[in-house]
Amino acid sequence: MAHAAAVHSAHDTHGHPPTSTGLDNKKIAIWAFIGSECMLFASLISTYLIYKGRSVVGPYPHDACLPPACSTPLKAILNIPVTSASTFVLLMSSLAMVLALAAVETKDQPKHTTGERILGSSKLWLWMTALLGVTFLGFQAFEFTSFVHEGLTIRTNLFGSSFFTLTGFHGAHVTAGVLWLLTLLAIDYRRGLGPKDALNVDLAALYWHFVDVVWIAIFTLVYLIK
Amino acid sequence: MAITATAPAYAPVESYVGESGLWSWLTTVDHKRIGTLYLFTSLFFFVVGGLEAGMLRWQLAGPNKHVLSAELYNQMFTMHGTTMIFLAIMPLSAAFFNYIIPLQIGARDVAFPRLNAFSYWVFLFGALFMNFSWLIGAAPNGGWFGYAPLTTMQFSQGLNIDFWVIGLQILGVSSLAAAFNFITTIINMRAPGMNLMRMPMFTWNAFVVQFLLVLAFPVITIALVFLQFDRFFGTNFYTIAAGADPLLWQHLFWIFGHPEVYILILPAFGLTSEIIPTFSRKPIFGYPVMAYATMLIAFLGFGVWAHHMFAVGMGPIGDTVFGVTTLLIAIPTGVKIFNWIFTMWGGSLQFTTAMKFAIGLVGLFTIGGISGVMHASPPADLQQTDTYFIVAHFHYVLFGGSMMGIFGGIYYYYPKMTGRLMSESLGSWNFWLTFIGMNLTFFPMHFSGLMGMPRRIYTYDSGQGWDGFNLASSIGTIVLMIGVALFLHNFFRSFRRGAIAGNDPWGAATLEWSIPSPPPEYNFESIPRVTSRSPLWDVKTPTLSAEVPHTSGGDQRVNVSFAGSHVGHTDSAPLTSEPRQRAESGMHIELPTGKSARELGIPMPNPSIKPLLCAGSMVIMFSGLLFIHKDNLPLALAVIIGGALSMTFSLYAWVLTPLEDAH
Repeated sequence: MAHAAAVHSAHDTHGHPPTSTGLDNKKIAIWAFIGSECMLFASLISTYLIYKGRSVVGPYPHDACLPPACSTPLKAILNIPVTSASTFVLLMSSLAMVLALAAVETKDQPKHTTGERILGSSKLWLWMTALLGVTFLGFQAFEFTSFVHEGLTIRTNLFGSSFFTLTGFHGAHVTAGVLWLLTLLAIDYRRGLGPKDALNVDLAALYWHFVDVVWIAIFTLVYLIK
Repeated sequence: MAITATAPAYAPVESYVGESGLWSWLTTVDHKRIGTLYLFTSLFFFVVGGLEAGMLRWQLAGPNKHVLSAELYNQMFTMHGTTMIFLAIMPLSAAFFNYIIPLQIGARDVAFPRLNAFSYWVFLFGALFMNFSWLIGAAPNGGWFGYAPLTTMQFSQGLNIDFWVIGLQILGVSSLAAAFNFITTIINMRAPGMNLMRMPMFTWNAFVVQFLLVLAFPVITIALVFLQFDRFFGTNFYTIAAGADPLLWQHLFWIFGHPEVYILILPAFGLTSEIIPTFSRKPIFGYPVMAYATMLIAFLGFGVWAHHMFAVGMGPIGDTVFGVTTLLIAIPTGVKIFNWIFTMWGGSLQFTTAMKFAIGLVGLFTIGGISGVMHASPPADLQQTDTYFIVAHFHYVLFGGSMMGIFGGIYYYYPKMTGRLMSESLGSWNFWLTFIGMNLTFFPMHFSGLMGMPRRIYTYDSGQGWDGFNLASSIGTIVLMIGVALFLHNFFRSFRRGAIAGNDPWGAATLEWSIPSPPPEYNFESIPRVTSRSPLWDVKTPTLSAEVPHTSGGDQRVNVSFAGSHVGHTDSAPLTSEPRQRAESGMHIELPTGKSARELGIPMPNPSIKPLLCAGSMVIMFSGLLFIHKDNLPLALAVIIGGALSMTFSLYAWVLTPLEDAH
């Protein structure tokens, strides 16, 4: 889409003048938005890190909670193997998103082999991305409910407050991304997405990858580093 | 029609202004109309904030007065600060961003016209929401800084703080949406030839402010989310007993709050940087340095927040680091002050009202800047913090700086917006009364502060040496109010009775003055081609712009490649350019034609009510939270879910409707 603007002449009054950078306006706006989101998650992650180890009651993320701090002994609450699996799922969803964008961009090219037809199916890859996103959310729902069963709620201690708020905000972003993907799918079913829609799919992809990258930071800082 | 390089006609020709009527305003996506809406709304809230200040000064005029109760005083000073910052100065700046940026860069609208309307409606509804608290007698009472844990449920029951927390989050959405819009507009919609180093100084300042908004507002959003969760859902972010850090709020708030100071002042600096060169008949002194100084102020502005917190005991290293970074900011700020002075130096000065206000900014902001440098030093700050000395300081930079610049900007741009000039004789009275009233109000506060009078107290005993200074401040407030009343009189009277302005009443250098006043809906019938920083002086008074760099015959369009692939294109000066040849300049002056965009075949965005619906639904969704504290969970959920569904529906209706008719 970036090339489309350049074909207009500079003094074309019938239509829009070309943009100063040759990029579409939406592309610049989404980057500004992502910059803003960086500060949003930076604030959440910083607060989590500042409050790490300051909870006066258990459960704790990486350490067992023994009496007297906890009336009954509690084991370390973070389940790293399960979260590693959900992290893998989210990473794979980014791969599916890349393939979805590629499929939309190359929609007009003839497909000869079964492999090309599979790779060229934007519906398949958009579904795949959305489903992997939903799977990640399922993991998160499982994690949240099991934490609540083990005695950690958003009110329990500083760890609970900062953990649920941080990961909850991330989950809300994934949910918004899934809704965005489903909207694209609805358009794809109604009239088919083609190369002229590549920009709009690209915007969703940038957002999706950003949310994925934020999760890498959260997984590293919250789960892996003790 | 576009006429190249002829003298402008100052004929009272009405240019095409489009439909009027309420519906056209509710559905407008025109940046000029949205700018006008911002201007009127924020002037209204400026008056509200001023009346609140008047109540405060009435209460403090003498010792042990009982005009306001202690509780009402708390609400009054909280709402005075919150109103002036978020509902007056920021949206007054937004009025100029909206109206002026597209005109200065040679664009026909902003990048996302409907998002722009959305920003305005969110601002309006958020402002009404916050002020609705007065009607139920529960206005916010925790200060504009809302320090937690004071503002947590343990210490602040009642809806007061809820209105503040929710109101500020709503206003944050408005500011962020507008910032994405203006960043995109300035990066991507400049006229051919207007590279970054040819942008007018106001656009430069506005550009930098958008980055401050984008990076600072998420931080306060999160601080407010924590407070909201603490208050509504029982989390522990600010609960000291649960091990919370009592300084968490202060850090998060001031990481936002200090850049916010530059969000408030840089637009006024930008306006001043337009006014002073115009009325000095000289290009601005040190243009690149002005641009770099703006960026440096913004950059350093993110590294000084803890100077608001010297009194909390951060220890010598923290105090030293933040003291030094704060002192560093004086350098780029001083550069600006000196550049304005050198711009005036040797110029042929014209003391119009706009120029008086601009010079007023240079002088008064410098006083506020110097007292700011004083409390950049932690030992000095420990004597001054939480006293009226600080109140004096930030009113010198906010009233003496921001408001002086904005008044100047209104006098300067009023003819562009309305086609008529404001009265200069009333303007002179307006300026001098404001100038005298402002100094009489705020200068004595330096003394009462140094003599130990603390901020935020609702009354005081006599015999502490403060009585005279307080009375002087209160008398000053009356003078100030008369000055502002004269301004409003002049503002409204000149709509019908002001002299006809024509394209360019001031002989200014930038693109907005090359088109009729008020501008037609499409701004530029033909997009100009810019070959210097002073495009209009090039065609009207070339001697004034002889010193600024030029390219002859316009610039060349050059493709930009990265890693072997084409990524875009830019305008570049041909290497053979002769600085003083400008015969082939593409700059021209447009006279009023009375033709609509449709007649000229210029594509314009369609009006839309959806941004308003989306904004209204969002504010309803937020306001549902209040019912949680009224122990009415079903109603709260109904309002929140209803608002969310309505917002989602209008958002989809908005996004799936094309911006303009196919062409």
